[in-house]
Amino acid sequence: MTSIGTGYDLSVSTYSPDGRLFQVEYANKAVEAAGVAIGLRCTDGVVLGVERLLHSKLLVKGANRRIASVDEHIGMASAGLLADGKFLGSRGRDEASSFRDNYNSPVTVQILSDRLSAFLQAYTCYGSVRPFGLSTLLGGVDKTGPKLFCIEPSGVYYGYRACAVGKGKALAKTELEKIVSKEADGQPGISVREAVKEIARIIYLVHDDNKDKDFELEMTWICTESGNKHAPVPADLLVEAEAAAKAALEEGMEED
Amino acid sequence: MANISSVDISRLKNGEVNLGTSIMAVQFEGGVVIGADSRTTTGSYIANRVTDKLTHIHDRIYCCRSGSAADTQAVADVVHQHAQVYTSVYGSPPPVATAAALFEKMCYDNKDQLSAGIIVAGWDKEAGGSVYNIPLGGGMFQQPWAIGGSGSTYVYGYCDATYREGWSEEETVKFVKNSGCIRLCVITKDKVERHFVPGNELPRFWEGKEVVGNMSGQRVGVTA
Repeated sequence: MTSIGTGYDLSVSTYSPDGRLFQVEYANKAVEAAGVAIGLRCTDGVVLGVERLLHSKLLVKGANRRIASVDEHIGMASAGLLADGKFLGSRGRDEASSFRDNYNSPVTVQILSDRLSAFLQAYTCYGSVRPFGLSTLLGGVDKTGPKLFCIEPSGVYYGYRACAVGKGKALAKTELEKIVSKEADGQPGISVREAVKEIARIIYLVHDDNKDKDFELEMTWICTESGNKHAPVPADLLVEAEAAAKAALEEGMEED
Repeated sequence: MANISSVDISRLKNGEVNLGTSIMAVQFEGGVVIGADSRTTTGSYIANRVTDKLTHIHDRIYCCRSGSAADTQAVADVVHQHAQVYTSVYGSPPPVATAAALFEKMCYDNKDQLSAGIIVAGWDKEAGGSVYNIPLGGGMFQQPWAIGGSGSTYVYGYCDATYREGWSEEETVKFVKNSGCIRLCVITKDKVERHFVPGNELPRFWEGKEVVGNMSGQRVGVTA
């Protein structure tokens, strides 16, 4: 970090001489410290999964969810500062409901990503604010089909087949690439039920048992089976996926 | 308080018949057929006998206007502008439901100032043909068919008794024509097709000859 002490990292409204905004880059560091969030776009829907790290054994099981519903058909999984995630979720709900009010039709995932990214970008322009410490996955099924977008602290957003943000995203991404490349080779695309198992497996794989606290696996989907509504993955399927993930992890260790 | 138990019809002269605007829209499998008469009046004077009450909103969305010509033109202009902005911002044409919502908002928010009864109809990718009725107070009702304007009361019974689901384009056009509209417009995925039916070619089924025939040589109804 050669930038430290130069003074160029104190405000988002000041560029460094080589054209960087250090506060935005630091916001990305906040994301990298958070439990991984994964989104996978399938043939029949989108699945979102997060590794919810538990900082205390006293927390209620299944509480403090990190995936928010933004509209009936759109879910939002964020990695980074939890409070920022709650705030962005609330903003997303406002945007989605105002779109419904104005246009009498549900907002598309693309339009919502565009609106939220513009909101995030505004927080990179003024000295009086800090950028959001968040990378956000927006997944949903709209009139254009299943869609997945990722918005970064800088305000840029891209559409993805599959995406991972947070701690261990690099490893998660290489695993996702293997899944996506199968389709590129002409094999049929992955279904949401398969994706649930893959995401569970990847999250267990990425989780660092030695360094990190315990975690809970949180997963939602928007698919044909859920009536194209954003809903938690059914408990029985989640239990099955978790068991398979643990088994795969054991098997992997034996090979090593 | 004014006496509201009786309707004031004194503005009509003795024996004069009031035939106001008639507009209608009917959906079918691949689109909609809309129709309107062509008369604009200022009191009893016909200001325009070839008026076009079928107003373009977007490529595949039209509206039928009834009420004040000035009010409905102004509202249609604003919605037309909104529809154009929507297309540039979101990169695809607005659905009919969206155009209708824009009309509804304007009509409801300004209900005290406006005298506008509008039917929005058109074709879009998601819903196919659809019809939205936005009557005086600014409500919004999606319907398989809608009629409007003061003249529409005369064909309410006919439309209600005749309309059937699942009609083809031709059957729908015939239905609208029989309801006595002289400007027609067929909107589908592939076309916006306008028809004009001159007065001497209007259907005359209402004379009832098909039903009662020329009984004992007596004339039923009026001939031109």
